[in-house]
Amino acid sequence: MSADVKTGALGFKKDTPAERFFNGLIAENPTLVLMIGMCPTLAVTSSAINGLGMGLATTFVLSLSNAVIAALRKVIPGTVRIPSFIVVIASFVTLVQLLMQAYVPALNSALGVYIPLIVVNCIIFGRAEAYASKHGIVPSFFDGIGMGIGFTCAITIIGLIREFIGAGTAFDVQILGEGTVVPGPVGAFLAGYHPISIFVQQAGAFFVLAFLIAIMNKVKSNLEKKGKDTSKFQQGCCSSEEEKAADKIIAEKEEKEAE
Amino acid sequence: MGATILNLVGLMISASLVNNVVLSQFLGLCPFLGVSKKTDTAIGMGGACVFVITLASLVCSIIYKFILNPLDLSYLQTIVFILVIAMLVQFVEMILKKYIVSLYRALGVYLPLITTNCAVLGVALNNVTDGYSILESTICGFATAVGFTIAIVILAGLREKMEYNDIPAPFKGMPLVLLTSGLMAIAFTGFSALK
Repeated sequence: MSADVKTGALGFKKDTPAERFFNGLIAENPTLVLMIGMCPTLAVTSSAINGLGMGLATTFVLSLSNAVIAALRKVIPGTVRIPSFIVVIASFVTLVQLLMQAYVPALNSALGVYIPLIVVNCIIFGRAEAYASKHGIVPSFFDGIGMGIGFTCAITIIGLIREFIGAGTAFDVQILGEGTVVPGPVGAFLAGYHPISIFVQQAGAFFVLAFLIAIMNKVKSNLEKKGKDTSKFQQGCCSSEEEKAADKIIAEKEEKEAE
Repeated sequence: MGATILNLVGLMISASLVNNVVLSQFLGLCPFLGVSKKTDTAIGMGGACVFVITLASLVCSIIYKFILNPLDLSYLQTIVFILVIAMLVQFVEMILKKYIVSLYRALGVYLPLITTNCAVLGVALNNVTDGYSILESTICGFATAVGFTIAIVILAGLREKMEYNDIPAPFKGMPLVLLTSGLMAIAFTGFSALK
């Protein structure tokens, strides 16, 4: 085996816990690099705390479902693997939902229907299919942790940007605008800020994500100019599947019309 | 009776326009962004969604009312609903293929894409949270899907117009679509006055 088969992301030895962790956090960050799981990314990022809560709930489900699916990978027959994965994932989602109802009811009601919708988050299903069903329990568990923390960091940052511009707060602490916690002349200066409330509304989510993807596109084209491998960069896993299917349908229709 | 019908009309307007499933609740974004290149495919996707979401809301609310709720198993709703929806889509596809071929030709290709659409599960779960009756759930499901169709057809029309526009390279593709959706979301907030 050549050296590059054994080394994984960022020069770590392949499939070790540390390599999996940093792979999910940086090299294959699900939100910023792979661009998957866009529904929760847009929906719950109206504040940093919501993003953090959603991210941690997803990390919990992702790491444990990865471990269980890896443990059962030799038992589950290939033909029924999708329903089996769904049952495993849905069980953990129910677990996290009950735990959140019991211990953090405020966060649970803020996140609402998006907690049970972790079931259909394509990050979780994608990792089960692409990684956990082919690797051992320990690397799969750490793959889940890495991917989950990567997702958490990304949506917490998006939440922070939206919250800061839209309401002048960071983690619910008023920094900009009226009632700022910063004392003295700096505080007086900051208090003059008028929050752009569109950023905490629905439209702001679309705008922030659009600019984020545009920045990633720029990064990607710069890397390409330097001759680096950018094959990992994608746009919308779940929507790209559907985009491919839609392109196929359009092509077929055009063929028929040409005939 | 008159009051009930008025209630249902209000429910339809609220579910389709005011709380638009894509632009205000962010459910079903994947097909919204993925299948909105051409108006034809957008209409097909919308039609398939109307069909599946209405049926799924009906079936899920029946299951909740007659099985999960009486047996005190409502904490199992997520698992049960997702499996029921996955089965339902397969089942509908088989029935259409065999008995209603014309409808299958129009919608068939879109059906497998909807299985893991979060809008279907989201509507079913929301119906339970809001405590809707079976009739209300079905109407709400139908109206939500109509709202989805309206949004995706408008977006597809806009994308067709913008296809050859000269825009900065990093904004080509997904960012432009997201910016357009954002502007549509602003326009749709105008409907909140209808509440």
